[in-house]
Amino acid sequence: MRIKSSAIVMALYLLFLLIPIYWLVNMSFKTNAEITGAFTLFPADFTLRNYTVILTDPSWYMGYVNSIIYVVMNTAISISVALPAAYAFSRYSFMGDKHLFFWLLTNRMAPPAVFALPFFQLYSSVGLFDTHIAVALAHCLFNVPLAVWILEGFMRGVPKEIDETAYIDGYSFPRFFVKIFMPLIASGIGVAAFFCFMFSWVELLLSRTLTSVNAKPIAATMTRTVSASGMDWGVLAAAGVLTIVPGALVIWFVRNYIAKGFALGRV
Amino acid sequence: MEKTQNNRAWLLVIPVLVLVAFSAVIPLMTVVNYAFNDTFGNNDFFWAGLEWFDEMIHSERLHGALGRQAMFSAIILAIEVPLGIFVALNMPKKGFWASFCLVLMALPLLIPFNVVGTIWQIFGRVDIGLLGRTLAGLGVDYNYTNDPIDAWATVIVMDVWHWTSLVALLCYAGLQSIPQAYYQAAKIDQASRWAVFRYIELPKMQGVLLIAVLLRFMDSFMIYTEPFVVTGGGPGNSTTFLSIDLVKMAVGQFDLGPAAAFSLMYFLVILLVSWVFYTVMTNMDKEAK
Repeated sequence: MRIKSSAIVMALYLLFLLIPIYWLVNMSFKTNAEITGAFTLFPADFTLRNYTVILTDPSWYMGYVNSIIYVVMNTAISISVALPAAYAFSRYSFMGDKHLFFWLLTNRMAPPAVFALPFFQLYSSVGLFDTHIAVALAHCLFNVPLAVWILEGFMRGVPKEIDETAYIDGYSFPRFFVKIFMPLIASGIGVAAFFCFMFSWVELLLSRTLTSVNAKPIAATMTRTVSASGMDWGVLAAAGVLTIVPGALVIWFVRNYIAKGFALGRV
Repeated sequence: MEKTQNNRAWLLVIPVLVLVAFSAVIPLMTVVNYAFNDTFGNNDFFWAGLEWFDEMIHSERLHGALGRQAMFSAIILAIEVPLGIFVALNMPKKGFWASFCLVLMALPLLIPFNVVGTIWQIFGRVDIGLLGRTLAGLGVDYNYTNDPIDAWATVIVMDVWHWTSLVALLCYAGLQSIPQAYYQAAKIDQASRWAVFRYIELPKMQGVLLIAVLLRFMDSFMIYTEPFVVTGGGPGNSTTFLSIDLVKMAVGQFDLGPAAAFSLMYFLVILLVSWVFYTVMTNMDKEAK
């Protein structure tokens, strides 16, 4: 039997991607004594203790709840404001449209490090510090431009004749938009939502700066594992594994559109 | 598509404008304010003019961070772009295995940045990490916490692990859009594999490649969390990139004036490079029509 060279290349590449993740999963099922003491490729003393620690302690699992709350809020806000704007950019030319579009893009390029301190002061002064909405709004900085870009790319693919026919048939703009246009770009909305979810989920610098207790994201909670008695490696690994799970789940639903989404709808 | 001239379209853009103005313009104005003023506390500010900019432009520390940052971004692009193209060319075209590869490849992209750092921090440790142990077993003197070269290698391999899939996914999408007829024509002409790549696949991937390079440049230029978790910017300052240095200055030492001036210059550099990309991209869009 002849094995194709491309299959070997892919196998090697996927192996390279998976080995570090395997090591994390492997560690999460070990006891700390085994992690630091012995060097084993599979947990010899299989334990779920690390996961129990996380799932029974509110200060741990609330981190996940907080993260999910602000990520969902951010996705909802980003998509709802980006939809009309993307429609405007894809259908009309208006005064300053090109400059506006580039200006939006620049916000995607702004280093979060530049914004960390001003955001902290801004949200503290309006009394939003340590709330979910503060993080959700802060993440709009890069997610709204991204959503506009992706949606605009998808909307371009819809022929303008559909709009015109609907208007002739007596549809008002809002009704046309919700009833006819949105179903047409449903996959685009799904992809944009996925990307908002993703970038809000993986971001740490801003969400950590803007929260202290009540809205603390899981990623920031993870730093707790460093304590006086040394690192709690097992729990750290388990927490890491649990942050990978939501992402892995949503990827499956958008697998056929991921690439198009990354290309901002321009393939 | 021919667009209709209609200034009322502004009404549709207003929500985005208000939101982004709140989350981008106000903070940016704060930064500008700090950059030109000095304070002795109590919210008393006085005009400092270009003093901070002057200080920052001549600061050894900034030059060092900028140099390391430029080198990091250059190395990342030089590895990830060719590797991404290569992987995309070898991906299965359709069916179960294509979905399988897509999902696995997207996995690293969905991991929170600091968890990526944590994974590699653990993976590379000589005492408990698979990579560190294996290298030590092979007799390689590897320790990313002490040796600058090892630290760099770790950070770069980590970024390649994290983001090469992005380039590959984009190229894959570009390749999928090539009609089968092109390949058949090439076969009739008995074109070599290289010729097919050079004259059919590469030109068709141009658009997505540009986006890939743009995204990778931007994101690698503002990288913060991953190297911070792995090396903390060390050993010494050897992996202190611009963002790490900036956060140290602004949040750690609270040197608001210099940090703000630094921020503005940092942002301008990114803006300038991105503007060049954007112009090239929109011009290509026009040519395609």
